[in-house]
Amino acid sequence: MAEVAERHNGVADGGLKIHVARKVFPAVAGRDAHPVLQDIAIDIEPRSFVVITGPSGCGKSTLLNIVAGLDGDFEGEILLGGRDTKLGYIFQAPRLLPWRTVYENIALALPDGDPRHAQIDDMLRQVGLEGFGSQYPERLSLGMQRRAALARGFITEPDVLLMDEPFVSLDDPTAQGLRELLIGLWNRRPTTVIFITHDRTEAVMLGTRILRMGGANATIVQDETVRLSTAERTDREAVRAEQGRIFHET
Amino acid sequence: MQRPNPVLRASIDQPWYTRVAWGVGSLLGFLLFWEVVALLLQHRHLPTPTTVFAAMMRELASGQLLYHIGMTLFRVAFAFVFAMAIGSAIGIAMGRNGRIDQFFDSWLILFLNLPALVVIILCYVWFGRTEVAAIIAVAVNKLPNVAVTVREGARALSRDLAEMAHMYRFGRWKTLRHVILPQLAPFFLAAARTGLSLVWKIVLVVELLGRSNGVGFQLGTYFQMFDVTMILAYALAFIMVVQLIEFGIIQPIAARVNRWRR
Repeated sequence: MAEVAERHNGVADGGLKIHVARKVFPAVAGRDAHPVLQDIAIDIEPRSFVVITGPSGCGKSTLLNIVAGLDGDFEGEILLGGRDTKLGYIFQAPRLLPWRTVYENIALALPDGDPRHAQIDDMLRQVGLEGFGSQYPERLSLGMQRRAALARGFITEPDVLLMDEPFVSLDDPTAQGLRELLIGLWNRRPTTVIFITHDRTEAVMLGTRILRMGGANATIVQDETVRLSTAERTDREAVRAEQGRIFHET
Repeated sequence: MQRPNPVLRASIDQPWYTRVAWGVGSLLGFLLFWEVVALLLQHRHLPTPTTVFAAMMRELASGQLLYHIGMTLFRVAFAFVFAMAIGSAIGIAMGRNGRIDQFFDSWLILFLNLPALVVIILCYVWFGRTEVAAIIAVAVNKLPNVAVTVREGARALSRDLAEMAHMYRFGRWKTLRHVILPQLAPFFLAAARTGLSLVWKIVLVVELLGRSNGVGFQLGTYFQMFDVTMILAYALAFIMVVQLIEFGIIQPIAARVNRWRR
């Protein structure tokens, strides 16, 4: 059992040092034990937006769960910079409590009596859910549920925000709208983000750094800095050109 | 061409008052049928509904009816709460822990199949014909049912939501109140519904065998006199009370628990 350690020295506040020497899925129900991740070493700067991309099933979500501390069964070490580093996690499914309203779902992420309870209405407006606070999640569209999940992730002001394909299975305009929303939220309050996607355009549009995972026993095969200004990120042509450069697309 | 299912249509498409009208109408039809048959047969073991209703009113006026129904309800309430609390605890423990589940599974099957009468007799023999023995006997009969139902709920708890609660630092109390209990609520409700009907039927047997008051005791007394009119009067009065509990307490709770569903 390895564990997620928090140390003050060695890693800057809000930064991370990820080292996964080996991660093996144990044998279950007729399937033999098989390795998933190997020799992954990543240093992440505070307030950088790191996108991890790669083919589906290569172990991206597994890596994120290890960083989140949800999966402790691996060889290696995760070092979080700073004392009591707060992690936020926006999952692939919105994972809202269906029996609590949108407002309550966001409020529950904050400790009782936290002054940020007063900012929930403002947060709802920022994600375009003004007037939907009293609705139950299942009465909303998937896109709106994802907005609520974004609001919940941001209201806690995490030092590190983990995002696992949060815009998957949405129609293109909705996903694009949410990406722009995310860029806006992140610019207003830059935080360290690790974002997983298999969508290359999304990777280039959002990330300041792109890590590509690959191989049957996956490791990092490419590490690239994205050369785009904030304005260029919403410019389709600029994104396309940068995408071509990074992924060698013609 | 596929024809719409007539059963589904009847329950979904009609407004509530149509459904109520059908319910009341069919009930009146039954009473009318009973009245006619009783009048035709003219047998003292089959009183007409009017006679039964008159007897019910007499018992109500004398205070006897309310007293005995009150005693029965008191036993139902205690046995019900006791069975729900212990049964839920056992069910949750079994649903969450594989080893506990494996060990106690055969116990559960044993108790599920133990006849109610055996439990009642044993309780009276071991603990004497006391109020406590009566309530324990009823609760033990219901308990395995609750455990089995709640166990299914505990097995189905969402891991996704548990991870979410962990990441957002809900803590124990918030997780229990906002994540776990709402997931178990439908199972508690199912256990409560089947529980109520089972418990009150067993309470009557317990009263018949070893108590000196309650609806079951009255039924036993009038059985010895072959007084079918009084037996029906008590039985029908109690059915009405149970229906009141269903509509007045259980259905509003169910509606509240399910208000978030689409």
